[in-house]
Amino acid sequence: MSDPIIKIQNMNKWFGDFQVLKNINLEVEANKKIVVCGPSGSGKSTLIRCINRLEEHQEGDIIVDGNELSEKTKDIEKIRAEVGMVFQQFNLFPHLSILDNCTLAPIWVKKMPKKEAQELALDQLKKVQIDDQANKFPGQLSGGQQQRCAIARALCMQPKIMLFDEPTSALDPEMIKEVLDAMVNLAKGGMTMIVVTHEMGFAKEVADEVIFMDEGMIIEKADTKEFFANPKSDRTKLFLSQIL
Amino acid sequence: MQKINFLKPNRDNIKNYSIIGSFLVLVSLIDVMSNAFLKINLTSFLPSSLTILFPLIIGLIGLNMMRIDYSGNKTLDLLNKNINTNNFNALLTLLILFSIIKALPQSLSWMIFDATISGDSKDACTGTGACWTYIKVWFRRFMYGMYPNEFHWRINTAFILVIALGFVGYFMKENLKKYLALYYVIIYPVIAYLVIYYLISGGSFGLQWVETGAWGGLSLTFIVSFFCLIFCFPLGMIFALGRRSNLPAIKYISICYIEFWRGVPLITVLFMSSVMFPMFLPEDFFMDKLVRVIIAITLFEAAYCAEVIRGGLQSLPRGQYDAAKSLGMGYWKMHIFVILPQALKLVIPGIANTFLALVKDTPLIFVVGLAELAGMLALAKTNPKWLGFAMEGYIFASIVFWIICYAMSKYSYNLEAKYKTER
Repeated sequence: MSDPIIKIQNMNKWFGDFQVLKNINLEVEANKKIVVCGPSGSGKSTLIRCINRLEEHQEGDIIVDGNELSEKTKDIEKIRAEVGMVFQQFNLFPHLSILDNCTLAPIWVKKMPKKEAQELALDQLKKVQIDDQANKFPGQLSGGQQQRCAIARALCMQPKIMLFDEPTSALDPEMIKEVLDAMVNLAKGGMTMIVVTHEMGFAKEVADEVIFMDEGMIIEKADTKEFFANPKSDRTKLFLSQIL
Repeated sequence: MQKINFLKPNRDNIKNYSIIGSFLVLVSLIDVMSNAFLKINLTSFLPSSLTILFPLIIGLIGLNMMRIDYSGNKTLDLLNKNINTNNFNALLTLLILFSIIKALPQSLSWMIFDATISGDSKDACTGTGACWTYIKVWFRRFMYGMYPNEFHWRINTAFILVIALGFVGYFMKENLKKYLALYYVIIYPVIAYLVIYYLISGGSFGLQWVETGAWGGLSLTFIVSFFCLIFCFPLGMIFALGRRSNLPAIKYISICYIEFWRGVPLITVLFMSSVMFPMFLPEDFFMDKLVRVIIAITLFEAAYCAEVIRGGLQSLPRGQYDAAKSLGMGYWKMHIFVILPQALKLVIPGIANTFLALVKDTPLIFVVGLAELAGMLALAKTNPKWLGFAMEGYIFASIVFWIICYAMSKYSYNLEAKYKTER
């Protein structure tokens, strides 16, 4: 068995006096797909934001691809470059065209030649089926198209891990499907993914493991089938009964 | 047959009412105009108190008659919507119109019909109107200050060169475009400084040295504004970023800087720069007064720029920072490619505001003995040969400043339109 690509040990995090994450232990092996679910305010988003250090944790260790994340981590940019992230609000750069959104980081962070970066970007855009929109600006696209562009933008950095922070929560029901399709394709390609989502259908289809969180703690962590067939804790049962 | 109500204007009797209404308004306007232009009182047969109010009353009745909702007539609807929505607005409309008409003849005759422009001494101005001769005779002084007449070509050449160099960015080759910011922030100011130093100051290449004390007029306004504008913007940007920094030292230095310069009046800063500052310098170290003044104004305005830019930085959603960071960008890459382009676009109106204020603050350098346009006016107005023409001078200066500032504000609108992308 290979070493886990993400390893979180006894991690605690506070916002001021409020403890958002309590004693988190998590190991993710390469090429696994993890779905994190739970009620809002349970710390799901904070957990995955800790993995690329958009949030700092106060106690415990987070090891991503062999690098420990702490205040001493000097090349945090290098680690972030290997961890792609997709946000709930898309967060495309509104002043750049779709193509430039995708090529900006490869050119300036990975020092990729412009031509190569553009080819790569068009390739990724094609995979999410918006290569025909490459020269438009984000404001001219629908929510679903913007989110697919955000996925393509993250993939252009050729990351080892992809983090999804409720990628479909800000979308119309019709657009959710096109984004989920893109994510399913990505999963089939073997990417390591951690997805915070309420889309249980997606979880059943692609997830290897499902994690249920509440009040900053990991309540339950189980194989997908096991999780949905016979959840152990009462809290999980209650949650599933409400969401399914 | 449908009954037509002749007392209340509505769509059925629109034709009659609009014709009668506009006729009455016309009568009121003619009355005021004849009064103002021809000095004839058409209503002298009325008691004197009524004579004054007559056009107002007639006009109000006329406008009231014209006020028909959804008349179907586009011009009428436009009028009603904008200047004739109710009786109070109709009254305001009439009052404004009448005051313009009343003021027009006097100002026109003073500025144009009775004005003098011929001759080259005060004696030519005998009429009751403005004496533009004064402006004509002093024109070179207002433009170039005390700079020797035979060297004015040096100032003109220098300005043409500096302006031409400013347009280089438009013609840069595509592969050099990434150095555009570098060019405008560092190279361009240095070249401009050298051009102005060697051409206007002279002292080498066979050009006679002209000390900065002799510079003045509009050209000095331009020189001071130009250098202050191009230096205060990048400096302001640095302090805006500094104030938002996570490093306490940088943060508090920035806060102290901004709060210090915003807290002192510009006039004291100018005094300090010209009177106090040289005392702290070593004996053999010399810095020209003009340079000191430019530095002082730049530092002063940079604090304002910083706060304007910080406003733009704060208005960006946190997600933009998150997205840039998650792509592996460090502090500088994130700011240069993601944050600043968006923030600066947002603060164009605020920056234009600051820049306009800066240009209009330049006359203050008169207090340290540098006479730019407004300063030259103050000197000229006390010249014993030309006493009593302050009015013409100030009107001239106002027009010149207005043109400069209007051009700047127009340019800022263009920039806004150019960089507008849908969010």
